[in-house]
Amino acid sequence: MELLDTTRRALLLLFSGDAELWQIVWVSLKVSVGALVLVSPFAIAAGYLLATRTFPGKRLIVVIIQALFAFPTVVVGLLLYMMLSRQGPLGDLQLLFTQIAMMIGQMLIAAPILVAFTLSAVQGADPRIRETAIVLGASRLRTAFTVLGEVRFGVMAAVFNGFGRVISEVGCALMVGGNIAGMTRNMPTAIALETTKGEFAQGVALGIVLMALALGVNFAMSWAQGAGAQTQ
Amino acid sequence: MNPVVRFVPYLLFVCLALAVVPGEATARDLRLATTTSTDNSGLLAFLLPRFETLHGTKVRVISVGTGKALKLGENGDVDAVLVHSRPDEDRFIEQGYGVQRRDVMYNDFVIAGPPQDPAQLRAHSDVIGAFVRLHETGQLFVSRGDESGTHKMELRYWADSGRQPEDNPGYRAAGRGMGQVLLMASELGAYTLTDRATFYAMRDKLHLEILVEGDTRLFNPYGVMAVNPARHPDINFEAAMQFIEWLTTAPGQQAIGDFKLDGEQLFFPSTGG
Repeated sequence: MELLDTTRRALLLLFSGDAELWQIVWVSLKVSVGALVLVSPFAIAAGYLLATRTFPGKRLIVVIIQALFAFPTVVVGLLLYMMLSRQGPLGDLQLLFTQIAMMIGQMLIAAPILVAFTLSAVQGADPRIRETAIVLGASRLRTAFTVLGEVRFGVMAAVFNGFGRVISEVGCALMVGGNIAGMTRNMPTAIALETTKGEFAQGVALGIVLMALALGVNFAMSWAQGAGAQTQ
Repeated sequence: MNPVVRFVPYLLFVCLALAVVPGEATARDLRLATTTSTDNSGLLAFLLPRFETLHGTKVRVISVGTGKALKLGENGDVDAVLVHSRPDEDRFIEQGYGVQRRDVMYNDFVIAGPPQDPAQLRAHSDVIGAFVRLHETGQLFVSRGDESGTHKMELRYWADSGRQPEDNPGYRAAGRGMGQVLLMASELGAYTLTDRATFYAMRDKLHLEILVEGDTRLFNPYGVMAVNPARHPDINFEAAMQFIEWLTTAPGQQAIGDFKLDGEQLFFPSTGG
């Protein structure tokens, strides 16, 4: 009965517009969307360059980026914590336990995914698109936009995938954010730590929001991949 | 034979092994829910081997905040509870979740803060005055914010000082354990309320000093109780009572007094033994 009661109270929290709950959802969205908006241009550019240029050591870089896929987020958190700690090299910036620190962590986590997905999307594009653009006298930048526009669904899948990874990430967010109420408490850290209060309703309610988001992102990703497959 | 069918006995064996191993452990072990302060400070690591060798019962410790520890007791997930929040303990007994509550020991809370002490708390010997001062100066203050015994104590001080902690823009509710909150306060150059045991255990890693101590209101009593066997017949009530008996009589009380960290006594047995 405990389970039923908890679920009932969770639904009540969700639909009664509980301010604390939606504040946590807001922090999550703000940090994760912000991180992706900031990191995407650089990561997509890097993926494009890796796909279109040849230079010594390129294969090694691609392998490293793919290996970073599996980099544990708690290790990202640990390294970032040590950098931002007051004894660390960036301690003077006083960024530890702020949303900016969480964003930096999520950017580091999302970057390899974005780069690798963009890389394979651009590699999968018809090479004639790029050749034609160059023949027609397009500048390098113009060529890049043409090719990326052509594989836009692949790039969107990259962004959705990155978002899916960071929105539910708990290790790094907890370490460098600190789960401070109203400031750095996002959905994963709230679920992970608020249950230690013995208050499960909020955890369940946030879990529902998080699952809905994850499902939505996965749905968007399959749609983007499907749409991408059709145009090519 | 169908290759899938050949796996069935192995599968059954694995299932059986998984079912039996922890099952046997729960039948004999004592499951104790307690607060992070007793575990972090090393007190339990000092006490439990003595009890275990005497009674041959292994104690499995689940160290969480007081709120969660009592919740575990309420659900019958543990056999005994050792916590520090008297009003909650009394409610736990009144509602019939627990039996045989006894005083065990006490330690005390202190206010720790940055050595520069920008709010000048050192001048205060009473905790309520210090809290008023913290609120007025708007200094950073990291709260446990996790409904633990320490958090509840902090909220009582805020209530007594007639201040709303959330009105202070420097108030940070972390929702984490004492050790992490101390590290966070140290990183932020903030003040916090801590139990003395955890503070001493972590002192080397902190840029914090004890600024307010010794007020009788900072007194922090611990109680132990068994989960009510009438409500949860499958709990290990016998072991729970053995543990309570041992902890609150001469051998346990003596051991509590003997426990020292860097030469400092952190917990004081209730019987004065």
